[in-house]
Amino acid sequence: MSNAKDNQGTLWEVFIQSKSGLPYKHAGSLHASDKELAIQAARDTYTRRNEGTSIWVVPAECIVASNPNDQEELFDPMNDKVYRHPTFYVMPEGAKHI
Amino acid sequence: MLNLCKHFELMENELLESKFQARIDADEKIEPRDWMPDAYRKHLIRQISQHAHSEVVGMQPEGNWITRAPSLRAKMILMAKIQDEGGHGLYLYSAAETMGITRDELIQQLHNGKAKYSSIFNYPVVTWADIGAVGWLVDGAAIVNQVSLQRTSYGPYSRAMIRICKEESFHQRQGYEIMAHMALGTPEQKEMAQDALNRWWWPSLMMFGPHDSDSPNSGNAFKWKIKSESNDELRQKFIDKTVQQAEIIGLSVPDPDLKWNEARGHYDFGKINWEEFQNVINGNGPCNKQRLEHHVRYHEEGAWVREAANAYAEKKKKNSVVAA
Repeated sequence: MSNAKDNQGTLWEVFIQSKSGLPYKHAGSLHASDKELAIQAARDTYTRRNEGTSIWVVPAECIVASNPNDQEELFDPMNDKVYRHPTFYVMPEGAKHI
Repeated sequence: MLNLCKHFELMENELLESKFQARIDADEKIEPRDWMPDAYRKHLIRQISQHAHSEVVGMQPEGNWITRAPSLRAKMILMAKIQDEGGHGLYLYSAAETMGITRDELIQQLHNGKAKYSSIFNYPVVTWADIGAVGWLVDGAAIVNQVSLQRTSYGPYSRAMIRICKEESFHQRQGYEIMAHMALGTPEQKEMAQDALNRWWWPSLMMFGPHDSDSPNSGNAFKWKIKSESNDELRQKFIDKTVQQAEIIGLSVPDPDLKWNEARGHYDFGKINWEEFQNVINGNGPCNKQRLEHHVRYHEEGAWVREAANAYAEKKKKNSVVAA
């Protein structure tokens, strides 16, 4: 992602946990030359209003993403597996707490 | 043979384009790795980068007032606002970069004039009341535009807009608070507030861009749902909600033709001086030269910081390899 002229540092993806117990969520990205500066910049850029209690920064090039062209192949097979959902099953009339 | 290949390529492009349009029509968001027409990409890079540059250049006129803020409270607020603007620039640069352009290219385009920033920042901010007017009117106009852009079809741009809108409303309220204080203060202070309104009103209306009838790029922007409301619709929204805010603090909007139109349910307003608008866009505003020179200068003077940070990162990487 970097060309010869580009001296803005590595691209990092920033994930923020808004409070303990909740999942980390992608907040955005930023440039920084190393991980310490990336955390510092993430704090200044994405948590100016108490948006988080914890930050992950990940070099963007380390993220492996699925290809949008493979969407059908990857996800469509799940469409006909309705038996994976609890509503698929017929419960005897009158059964409780199930 | 070559012709046949070309033919198939064209057919494939048409197919991709119709799939793309179908997704847009179904209100699906487009994400960075999805196929998109070149013109869509170009349009968004131009729009998002102009937006990012505006946030960053907009820090200059306000930064000039940090040491002159009338109280510690005002100074803290102003610094927080300017830091936000820098943050907004960063969200938007990141969104533009997902389309395959680098940060350096974006900055280069600003410096060589290929990319623009909002021409509102080419007006001088000469009094403390101007800081109030900028927050109230300039940020107010920007919010009307940005609220609408939250629904834009490109995912990263939409997400940046949602974040920016959350933060921006404090900007407008702090500006209006300054105006209200001055308008209700001494006669001199009120005069200063009125003077600021007089100078900032029309440039703020110009921020929405040319009238719909003179807006050459808007056809595709609507088709691709980059925009959902036109320049004139957004401008009208801004006027309709701002007039009452001026009245309640005893200031008058500098437009003799401004009056409520019962039938339309909107304010009618006077003619905008588009000649002035074009003139400022073309580089002849009061501060164009100063703003750009300032940006170039600090970018160049900061080069050693980026180089040092990169060199330090390299050195640490090498040391950790040796240690392992």
